[in-house]
Amino acid sequence: MKIKYSLKTAIKGLRTNRSRSLLTILGIVIGITAIMMVMSLGKGAQDLILNQIQSIGSKTIAVVPGRHPTGISDSLSTFTDSIKNKDVEDLQKKNNVPHLTRIMPIVFGPVVATKGNQIHQTTVFGVNNFFAEIYNIYPEDGRLFTDEEVSSKSAVAIIGSKVRDELFEPGELVIGQKIRVKNQSLRIIGVLPNKGQFSFISFDDALILPYTTAQQYIFGIKYFNRLVIETDSEANIAATVSDIETTLRNNHNITDPEKDDFFVETQAQAIAMVSTITNALTLFLAAVAAISLVVGGVGIMNIMLVSVTERTREIGLRKAVGATNRSILTQFLLESVMLTSIGGVIGITLGTGLSFVISLVLSKFVGLNWAFTFPLTAVFLGLGVSGAVGLIFGIYPARQAARKSPMEALRYE
Amino acid sequence: MALIEIKKLGKIYDGGENETLALSDIDLKIEKGDFVAVIGPSGSGKSTLLHILGFLDHYTFGQYLFEGREVSEYKPDEVAKLRSQKFGFVFQAFNLLPRTSVLENVKMPLVYSDVPEKEWNNLARQAIEAVGLTHRLDHQPSQLSGGEKQRVAIARALINNPEVIFADEPTGNLDSKSGKAVMDIIWQLNTKQKKTVILITHETYTAEHARRIIHLLDGKMKNDQLVAHRRGEGDFHK
Repeated sequence: MKIKYSLKTAIKGLRTNRSRSLLTILGIVIGITAIMMVMSLGKGAQDLILNQIQSIGSKTIAVVPGRHPTGISDSLSTFTDSIKNKDVEDLQKKNNVPHLTRIMPIVFGPVVATKGNQIHQTTVFGVNNFFAEIYNIYPEDGRLFTDEEVSSKSAVAIIGSKVRDELFEPGELVIGQKIRVKNQSLRIIGVLPNKGQFSFISFDDALILPYTTAQQYIFGIKYFNRLVIETDSEANIAATVSDIETTLRNNHNITDPEKDDFFVETQAQAIAMVSTITNALTLFLAAVAAISLVVGGVGIMNIMLVSVTERTREIGLRKAVGATNRSILTQFLLESVMLTSIGGVIGITLGTGLSFVISLVLSKFVGLNWAFTFPLTAVFLGLGVSGAVGLIFGIYPARQAARKSPMEALRYE
Repeated sequence: MALIEIKKLGKIYDGGENETLALSDIDLKIEKGDFVAVIGPSGSGKSTLLHILGFLDHYTFGQYLFEGREVSEYKPDEVAKLRSQKFGFVFQAFNLLPRTSVLENVKMPLVYSDVPEKEWNNLARQAIEAVGLTHRLDHQPSQLSGGEKQRVAIARALINNPEVIFADEPTGNLDSKSGKAVMDIIWQLNTKQKKTVILITHETYTAEHARRIIHLLDGKMKNDQLVAHRRGEGDFHK
């Protein structure tokens, strides 16, 4: 049968009962809309997280104490104190890790900060000045630590904007004031601007201390929670990871890599892990949305069967004037594919539109750095899937139509 | 070689418990260009016979040779092709596609033919003109009278220039004037354009347009004789 004519006939078949056609494809529309939204928003979420990871810079490596989790029981590691001062000193030696440019040890933990009668629960981050460059956050008031202050365990602190709002009156002078944390008095030397959430650190609700101070006077520990290391170039990351591992294993007397009491994480690995997780989640949600497509498909099949029965006479007539079984099959199959494809297009439009609106809301009102990307692959997926549904669920009614004998069909009341 | 030849043809309808012997023991030869009317009361099997001859139904026993070849040996696609190229059907209930224009209705058989699409509109217009309905080109069946609908059906039956016209009670749903107009057209198709016409009817007047009348009763052939006073164009029923 000629293509253009077949398409026209199929469209005509659908227009004959417009409201019925629309209701029939409702299931498909909902399913495709849902899939489009899941994929678009999923990608937006993934991009958001990845951007934060990448904002730290692709030349940084993290060293984390504890075994790399191979299972659930492992993640509660017993080696949390494995990284100590000697490790930091040794890592800084050029002949151990030649490509290391800077290293920042981190300790952190929840504390209660008080000023006079005000109390606020917050987090202490013990770092060195390197933190400002890594996370691109500089005090809007006051200054960073001096290296002197870091080496002499000075009782100074840089506070986040939320801490300032909680403990001080608006307009009150903050720099030079003292707050108490765990019976230790700290002098405020700087205030950070309002920045929002950054990876696992929220600078708005934090106290930034020299790590030496935090270790000795706040937490009473001699180890580190994390190390952030910067290499001189991305190309040297693999080599640096290896150097770090060798140095630490040496220090910790480890001969079998299986028994490492630390693990080294590159940004690439972090990205890969996040991507794997978000991809899996997206896929799962899309699959759930696909269930409604199955339901929609059953609806299509039902309506097509009714349509075939209603048009029994027409089928008989077409056969009488020379239609082959195949052309009848094609005619009805084309109708169901058209039906679902139209549903797909509507779903794609709706889904994309809604995702756009949501991404607008998230960026403007919730303050997330949410980018809306036009999901081209999802569009093709949506079209392909909706067409396929039409084919799969339309084949049975189409075959029923093709099988009708012309004479029985013509006799049909 | 006769165009159509059937020998000891029979048809049993299997209605589940009840088996109906619709036709039995039919012997018939129809030459090209003949005009045969099959007449008989309700249930005589005339519709069944027509449908079998037109490849619209299968027979249970006997032989049907079309152009010398046994019909049961044709494959379904070949049968469809034959219907497309050689047969034109006119039905009692017109069987036009609803909500479709006259032009589109008449074009329909061309879709299943080898004729290129650009010629379709022209051929359809010619056929519609031949039955005198050019002024109804864009109308839909619901806007036409019974006689006009049947003429559209005839135009459609003619579009592929078939050799054989099968007419199943073509005047059954028409008043006598429209019926006469339709029979005039059919008569012309036979005498002027040499098409073979096989027609069934229960109206003697209609049947007398044929050259030959076959009587069926209870599925058997009772009579096969030439028409003495054949009706022709312009011969109006008193």
